[in-house]
Amino acid sequence: MSDGIRTERTRLAVAGARSVSMAELTNQPRGEVIRGRIFWALLMLAVSIALLGLALLLIDAVIDGADRFGVGLFTDQVSGIPENGGFQTAIIGSLWVIGGVILFSVPLGVGAALYLEEYGDGTKWWNRLIELNIQNLAAVPSIVYGILGLAFIVRGPLSLGQVALSASLTLTLLILPTIIIAARESIRAVPPSIREGALALGATRWETTRHQVLPAAVPGILTGVILAVSRAFGEAAPLLLIGATTFVTANTNNPVEDPYTTLPVQIFNYFGRAQDEWLQLAAAGIIVMLLLVLAMNSVAIWLRNRYEQNW
Amino acid sequence: MTHDPTERDRISGDAPAGHAEIAVRPEFQHMANLSKEKVFELRDINVSYGGNLAVKDISLDIYRNQVTALIGPSGCGKSTLIRCLNRMNDLVPSAEVTGELLYHGEDLYGPKVDPVQVRKLIGMVFQKPNPFPKSIYDNVAFGPRILGMDGKMDDIVERALVRSALWDEVKDRLDDNAYGMSGGQQQRLCIARCIAVEPDVILMDEPCSALDPISTGKIEDLMTELKQDFSIVIVTHNMQQAARVSDRTAFLMVELDATEQNRWGRIVEYDETEKIFTNPSDKRTEDYVSGKVG
Repeated sequence: MSDGIRTERTRLAVAGARSVSMAELTNQPRGEVIRGRIFWALLMLAVSIALLGLALLLIDAVIDGADRFGVGLFTDQVSGIPENGGFQTAIIGSLWVIGGVILFSVPLGVGAALYLEEYGDGTKWWNRLIELNIQNLAAVPSIVYGILGLAFIVRGPLSLGQVALSASLTLTLLILPTIIIAARESIRAVPPSIREGALALGATRWETTRHQVLPAAVPGILTGVILAVSRAFGEAAPLLLIGATTFVTANTNNPVEDPYTTLPVQIFNYFGRAQDEWLQLAAAGIIVMLLLVLAMNSVAIWLRNRYEQNW
Repeated sequence: MTHDPTERDRISGDAPAGHAEIAVRPEFQHMANLSKEKVFELRDINVSYGGNLAVKDISLDIYRNQVTALIGPSGCGKSTLIRCLNRMNDLVPSAEVTGELLYHGEDLYGPKVDPVQVRKLIGMVFQKPNPFPKSIYDNVAFGPRILGMDGKMDDIVERALVRSALWDEVKDRLDDNAYGMSGGQQQRLCIARCIAVEPDVILMDEPCSALDPISTGKIEDLMTELKQDFSIVIVTHNMQQAARVSDRTAFLMVELDATEQNRWGRIVEYDETEKIFTNPSDKRTEDYVSGKVG
C-alpha cells in the first residue's frame, strides 16, 4: 500500500484521513446499539418461552409414559386393568372421526372459499356478512361447537345419536372456518394474470377455476386442511359433550351405529383416575397421539414442498 | 354470434371483389389498403371505470390481416381500448363501455353476445408473460382441450409451437414446466397458446415491454409472419416498434378537462403507419413521434 507514498507528509495525511473514515464507519451511536440488543433479547425471550412450554410438556409426558410405551399401545384394546390396556379402540375411533371430518370439511371448505374468492362479489353486503361470520366463527371456543353438536346433531333435528358420524359433523363445523380461511389465502395467492390468460383463450369462469386456479392453489389448501385436521384430531372438549363414551370395549366398526371413543377423550378419562398405572398409561397415550399428529404434519410439509409454486 | 369460418369467408370473398388479382401500383397502395375488409369498426366508443372516463370518442376501423398499432404516452387509455375488443373489460365490474363496436359487422356488445365466445375468436397476449404453472405442452393444449377442438392434440400443439417459432427450442422438453423458460420464450409460448385455438384476431398489450431486445426482435418477426393468418392489434409505447411492425397506427393522447382533475385518452390521428411517422397531419403527432414530447 505504502509503495506509492513518497513523503512523510503525505503518509501522515493519508494515515489521518484513514483513521477519520474508520472512526466514522465504526462509530455507531451508543443508544442505537443498546436498543438493538434489547430488541434482540426480547425476541429471544419470546421464542424461548414458547419452546420451553412445549418442551416441558413433552418431557413430562415422555418421562411419565416412557416405561409404558410400546407396540402394545397400538395393538391392544382397552382393558379394565391398566397394565393390559392399549389404545387401539381409541385410535380406530379417532380415524373414523377424522376420516369423516376430511370427507365433509374439504369439499365444503374449498367450495366456500372458491365461491368467496372467484364468484362472490365482495362489494355486496351478503358476501361481506358471510366473510365476517367466518372470521368470527374461527374464534368461537370449541366447547360451543360441542353444545351445538349435542343440540342439533346428536339430538334434535338430525338425532344421529352418540356415534362417530356425529363427532365428524361437529368437528367439521369446528374446523370449517379455518379451512375456508386457509383455502382463500392460497386461492388469492394465484396471480390474476393466470385467470386472465385462461379467460382470454375463451375459457369460462368454471373452466378457469377448475383447470388453472384450483390446481395452482392445491398445495396451500392441502397444508391448511392438514393443519386444521390435526387440530380436530386433538380436540377433546366438544366430543365429551356429544358423548364419545370413554370405555368402549369393542372396536368401532360402523361409524353410524357403534359407540366410539377417541384418543384425546381416552387420555382425558385416564388422567381422572386415582391409580398411578392409569396416569402412566395416559402419559403413554400422549406420546401415541403426538406421534400421529407429527406424522400428519410431516405429510403436510412434504406436500407443500412437493407442489410448491413460486410465482 | 355466427362467426363460423364460412361466414367469415363469405364476407372476405365479397368485399374487395377480385382485387387481389389486380396489380396495385405503389402510389395507389394506400387506397388499396383502405378498401380492405374491416374486422372492427369502432364508433364513438367511451369507456369509464366507476364513472371516470378513461377513453373518449374513439372511432376507428381495424382491418383484416394487418398489424394495427395503438401508441401514445402512459395513461392515454391504450390498454383500456384494446381490452374492449375482446370484452376483457367485462371482468372489471365497474367498467362501462358505450358507443358502437362492430366485429365483422356485428355488435360485439349486443345483448345476445357471450363474452366467452368473443374471447375464443379474439385472443390476447399480455404485457407480462403469463404462462400457466404447467408443462409447456399443457400450456398450449389447454385452450384446444377446453374448446374441444378436433384433431390430434400432439399435432395441434406442434403446429402452434412451430408457428410461434418456438418448436426447435422446446421440442425436446415439452414436459418441462413453462416457468423454467426465459422471459422471451414464455411470451412466445403465450403467443403459441393463443394461436393454438385458431382465433381470428390477436390482441397484444405491450407484449415486449418486459423483454430484452433480442426477444423483442423475435416477437416482432413473428408478428409479421402471423399477420398472414390473423389480424393483429398491438399496444406499444415503443414508437420504433410500431414503426417496424404495424401497417396502421393510431396515436392517442391524454386530454384534461377544464378543471384539470379528470383525464382521458383520445385519438389524435389514425392512419397508415408510414404516414404517421413521416408526414403526420397533426402537430401533436409530429411532436410525439419525433420525440419532442412523450
